[in-house]
This record gives sequence, structure tokens and C-alpha cells, in this order.
Amino acid sequence: MQKVTPGAALAPAVPSSTISRRGALQAALGIGSLALTGRSASAQGAGQKPAEIKVGIATFLSGSSSVFGVPGKQAAELLFDQLNEQGGIAGVKLRPIFIDEGPGVDHFTGEYRRLVQSENVQLIFAGISSADCLACAPLSEEMKRPTILWDCGTQRVFEEGKYSYAYRTQANATPEVLAPLLYLLKSKPDFRSVAVMNQDYAWGRDSWDIFRTGLNALKPGVRVAAELFPRFGATDFSTEVTRLLALRPDVIFSTTWGGELDAFIRQSADRKLFERSTFVIPLAESSLERVGKALPAGHIIGARGDHWFLHPSPRDPALLAKFTEDYRKRFNVYPIYSTHHMFQAVSAMKAAYEKAMAAKGGAWPNDAELAAAFRGLTFPSLTSSVTIREDGQGLENQLIGTSMHTDKYNFAVMTDMMSFPAEMITTPVGQKSIDWLKTLKPDMLDKLPATVPYKP
Amino acid sequence: MTRTQELLLALLGAVLLLALAWAVPWLRFVLTVALAKSLAVFGILLLLRAGQVSFGHALYLALAAYTAAFTAMLIPEALILLPVAAIASALVGLVVGLFVVRYREIFFGMLNLALSMVFYSLLEKFYSITHGTDGMRLPPLRFAGIPLEGEFQGWVLLILAVVLALGFGALVRIYLASPMGQALAGIKTRETRLEFLGVPARRVLLAAYVLAALMAGCGGAVLAMTTRLVTPALAYWTASGELVFIAILGGAGSVFGPVIGAVAFELTRVYAAALVADAWQLILGSVLLLVILFAPGGLWGMGKALLSRRKIA
Repeated sequence: MQKVTPGAALAPAVPSSTISRRGALQAALGIGSLALTGRSASAQGAGQKPAEIKVGIATFLSGSSSVFGVPGKQAAELLFDQLNEQGGIAGVKLRPIFIDEGPGVDHFTGEYRRLVQSENVQLIFAGISSADCLACAPLSEEMKRPTILWDCGTQRVFEEGKYSYAYRTQANATPEVLAPLLYLLKSKPDFRSVAVMNQDYAWGRDSWDIFRTGLNALKPGVRVAAELFPRFGATDFSTEVTRLLALRPDVIFSTTWGGELDAFIRQSADRKLFERSTFVIPLAESSLERVGKALPAGHIIGARGDHWFLHPSPRDPALLAKFTEDYRKRFNVYPIYSTHHMFQAVSAMKAAYEKAMAAKGGAWPNDAELAAAFRGLTFPSLTSSVTIREDGQGLENQLIGTSMHTDKYNFAVMTDMMSFPAEMITTPVGQKSIDWLKTLKPDMLDKLPATVPYKP
Repeated sequence: MTRTQELLLALLGAVLLLALAWAVPWLRFVLTVALAKSLAVFGILLLLRAGQVSFGHALYLALAAYTAAFTAMLIPEALILLPVAAIASALVGLVVGLFVVRYREIFFGMLNLALSMVFYSLLEKFYSITHGTDGMRLPPLRFAGIPLEGEFQGWVLLILAVVLALGFGALVRIYLASPMGQALAGIKTRETRLEFLGVPARRVLLAAYVLAALMAGCGGAVLAMTTRLVTPALAYWTASGELVFIAILGGAGSVFGPVIGAVAFELTRVYAAALVADAWQLILGSVLLLVILFAPGGLWGMGKALLSRRKIA
């Protein structure tokens, strides 16, 4: 039997005392000299005009969420290029540095520190994943670096914490789920039963919680026919479709997204589930082009905000048309909501710099001054404008519509669109979403905006 | 290599790590995470000595991290969280160990894998308690009554991780040299002979398993206190695979292996991600593949071979 004392087992045949020590010392010197080059990053917050504005952007470049992450990255490339062509912000060019959220939250928090302490970025756009946003909001406070939560949905960030460096430039899960619920109650008021089919993870659970709580307040007595939570990343929904066909709920609510939503829509269409029940799919906009006409007419779809390349009443129609055209020309697909969210982050950054500089008489703001400029900031989105409240949450309208088919597009488009004003559907400052939803009254439905039909 | 030389090398390594963390402030966090993982890999090393690979060792890392997260809501004191999490992990390790040590090789690996995935699912399913995949945040912590904030937090946790790695490294080194450790190797070679010698193989393996769970528990507690957010992903099978990978990368022959492997793994990942954000997996995979193909002794074995060759030249 071999001797197993670890040191002895691996000791070289020749005694190597001096060499190993010298080797180690040499290695130490090597690492030391390498490392010292990294310690240059300092002198931040002094308020000097930098040579370039570096922006760290966290997005999913791998894994299933890259269906949003990659369009987000592409939109950032397009928008940063356009901004630089126009001379950047106050003459300073911008450079995005992308990091991948794919490996999970530990890796992400390490990358966040690297962006701040090594790359010395001026701002960070963080996060599609809600876990990443929950992790980086306190981190932004600790590192004192302005952070824009550019896409994540969890309402917990600002309801459970107070931050002065983290801001969200879009809505959160509560308005994103409440808007389709209100639309459903207005357009199909007589439904008696509902079923849910969501992915089994935080967003799937949270969004159902919001929907059910809102439903109980606004239309009590609706029967919940089934609560189906297939595992995250499932590709086969035949069991769920069979059960839904058998149970015949009037309404099927699903906040599923990405490849799973594509698969669910196709499998439901093949088995005529769409003919039996009305679907409420708040994230369908991001799948429309991929599923084509498999998604039939007459189902309720949303886009996590008032995002839609055919928005019925954009604030600046030329801007939306130009963005859609530029994006299509470069990437050969229609822009989806995550590209709109990226536009909002870039737009907010630009507006905040301008506001902070105006407040300082044209001088370059430091980190704290830049961060403070986000509070109460109103900035243009592609379709309207967004205001950041005092708690850091963005107030964004929500566009919900019904699917319909036209000859012009080989996928479903929205008609009978309703644009919900943000103030009406966003949890007031200082309240928890679930508690607030319980206080909703059915007369809320009388104050809803009018629907706008699809205009070819 | 004599015992003094090993001790000197370990201390030198610790000083190097601290110097690196001082020179490159953002690496402090990465190195703390690496050291926390290396604590769990010490356990993999112990089990590997007995020829058993656990594909579910991240269970203990995650268990301790969640124990720390829940306990921190009541007592946010690092010096209490660490032992509480480690002991919880060791106790579960004892209960689970009682039946997994009856199995060997693929069955041992798969049973561990299954249990860690059960724990993963529990964390996800008990959504109202654990917040599912969004994870749980730890409140601000204290260390011996002093609030852990900013730079201070980074240094305290890094030094804590270094001390734990040195301590457990020494313990594993002594353990492996002791009769209990020698018996582990006996399980790998021929278990029946061990039984003929009157040594109960299951108990030998159980002791190693509980020690492994305890060390992973310490790692999990440090990890939770460092990232201050725990998610079920910690218990996912890929996390366990990572630990086994680190063990192989560093080299399973020496207690230096886990630390070298963990630091190299995390640094490669971070630098690969910084270099090419959308193809970092390719770089990481290639590095690991090269090590497996051309340096079966891991990085530690490679370093030793290099040094001895230079001596001869």
C-alpha cells in the first residue's frame, strides 16, 4: 500500500528546500507586481470631468434569461453608439462594459465590486434577475456608486429597503400584474373561474400572489380551478394542458416567459386550449415574433410597461419609429420590452447628468450629486415618460391589449389597447404591495382609460 | 517536504493572499468566496481519499448558509453564526451520513446528489419562508459586537476565512496522517481487508463525512456573511460539481490543493468574465480540460513537478 501522508506522498524525490522557498518568493514578487497595477483605481467622487464615462451593464448573456438579456445588450450597444455620435454627455464619450448575470448572484456581486473598484465605472445598470437587484441595492449604498435597476421586477427592493444610490427606471411586478388584471375585469367581467400556470420560482409565485390578492379585492368569489407550477426550465407542458382542458377554467393566467412561454403557447394552440379559455399573458409581447400566428386572436397580452413598437399614441412617434427601424436594421428582429427598458436606463442616465450639472452650474457632478439627481427625475421613454419617485421606484405606464391577426405582420399584434396611468396602479410610497392590493375597491374599474383599436 | 516547510509554505500563502487582497481591493471579496469554497473542498478531499466522490456536498454549504441567514435575523453576531451554522451542518451530516456511508462509489455520489437536490427543492417550494429563488438577505452583522461595515467587513471576513482555511488545512493534514486517515485510504484499496483488521469501515467513513460536513458548514457561513444574500442556487447540483472540480483542479494529493484550486477557479472565472463577457464559460472549460488532460495531479502536482525539475537542472 502506498504511503498516504499527504506531504510525503507528493514530496519530490530530491530534497528541494531552498528551491521551493526561492520559487515561492519569485512567485510572490510576480503576483505582487501584477497586483499593484490594480491598486490605481481610486480618486472617485471628486467631481472631475472624466475622459470617458464607463457604464457597467449587468445582463444575461447565457442561460434561459438571455432571451431578454441579449436584446438588452444589443439595445445598449445601439444607444451608446448613437449617444457617442451625438458627442456623448456634455462632450464626454461613453463606454459600456457588459457583465454576465448567468453564473448567479455570488458571481454577480463579485463582478459588481470589480466594476466599481477595478474598472472604476461611473454608473452601473444592474440586473434582469430580481435576486441580483436585491443583492446590489445594498451594495450600491456600501460602495457609493449610482446604480440603475434597469429591468428586474421584484417589488421587494424598495418596499423593504431605503437606498440613496439605487434607482429603478421602470415599473415593478405590482403594476405589471395589476394592469392585465384590471384589463381582464373590464373586458371580460363575467368570468367565474381562473387557473394559473406559472414557472416555479420567485417571479412565478410572486406574480400569482399579486394577481390573486388583487382579484379577491376587486371581484371576490372567483373560483381558482388550478394552480400549476411546472418546474423552471420545463419544455413539455402536456400534463398542464391536459388538466386545463379538463378543468375548463374561463381564464388562464400565466406570467411564464421566454422559451417556456413559446413552448406553452405552441402546445396549447396544438390542442385548442385557446378556444376554451381566455389567456392572460402579461409577458407575451416578448414572444410574439417567435411564436408567430400560433398565438390566436382574442387573448390578453402585456409587455411589462407601455412598451410596444406599434404603440397607439407615443409621445414622440418619430423617436419610436426611428428606434424600431435602427434596431431592426442592425439586429433583424423587432425590439422587445427589454430594449425599451435599456432605452429608459440610458435616457435616465443622460437626464440625471444634465440635471446634476445644471444644479452645479455646469460643473461635473460627483457620485453623490449624480445619485441625488435621480430622485424625482422625469425622463423620456420611447413611448411616454417615466418619473422616479422619492423611494427610488420608477412610475411607468402599462400598456395592455388583446391579440389580433393582420396581414401586415406574420405574428399577432395588439388591439383594444389600454394605457394605464402609473399613479393609478403603482403601490403608494411606504406601503407593501400585498397590503395595498387588499384595499382596492371595485369602483376602480370605472376610472379606467378608454381602449384604442389597432391602426394599420 | 518537511512539516516545517509545509507550515512555512502555508503561512507564506496566507500572507500572499492577504497582500493580493490589499493590492487589488475588489479581489478581497472574490478571495473570501474562494476560501469559503475551499473549506468545503477540504471535505471533498477527505472523501476522495476513501475513493468516494460526493456530488451533493454543496448541500452542507447551502444548509449552513441558510442556517446563518435565519439565525442572523435573531442574533446578527458573526462569532455566533459561524459555530451555529457549522454545528447544524455537522448534525445533518451525521444523520445523512448514517445511511449514505452504507453505499460506495456511484451510489454514494448519486445519493448525495439526490439529497442536495431535495434540499434545493425545499428551499424553492417553501416560498413564503425562504423567498424562493430571490433568496434571503442577511441583516447587517456584528463581529464581537463591532458592526461589520464597508472595508472592515471585507477584511474581517477575509482574515476569518484565511484563519479557518489554515486551521482546517492543518486539521485535515493531521487527520489524514492519523490512523483514521490511513483507514480512509484502506477503504479505497480494499475495504474487506480493513474489516479483517478489525476497523469498522462505515464508522471511519462516517467520521470523515461528518468532518466534511462541518468544514462545509464553516464555508457556508463565511459565504453567507460575505455575500449577505443566500439563494437556493447554492444547493443546486452544479454548485456541488464545482466543488468536485475545484478538488481536481487543485490536486487531491495535498491539503494545499483545495485552496490553490479554489483561488485559481475563482480568479479564472472572474478574469475570463472580464475578458469576454459572453464566452467566459469557454475559457473556464478549456482551462479545466487542459489541467485534467496534462496535469492529473492538479495545480499542486504541477507546481511540485516544476520545482523539482528545476532543482535537477
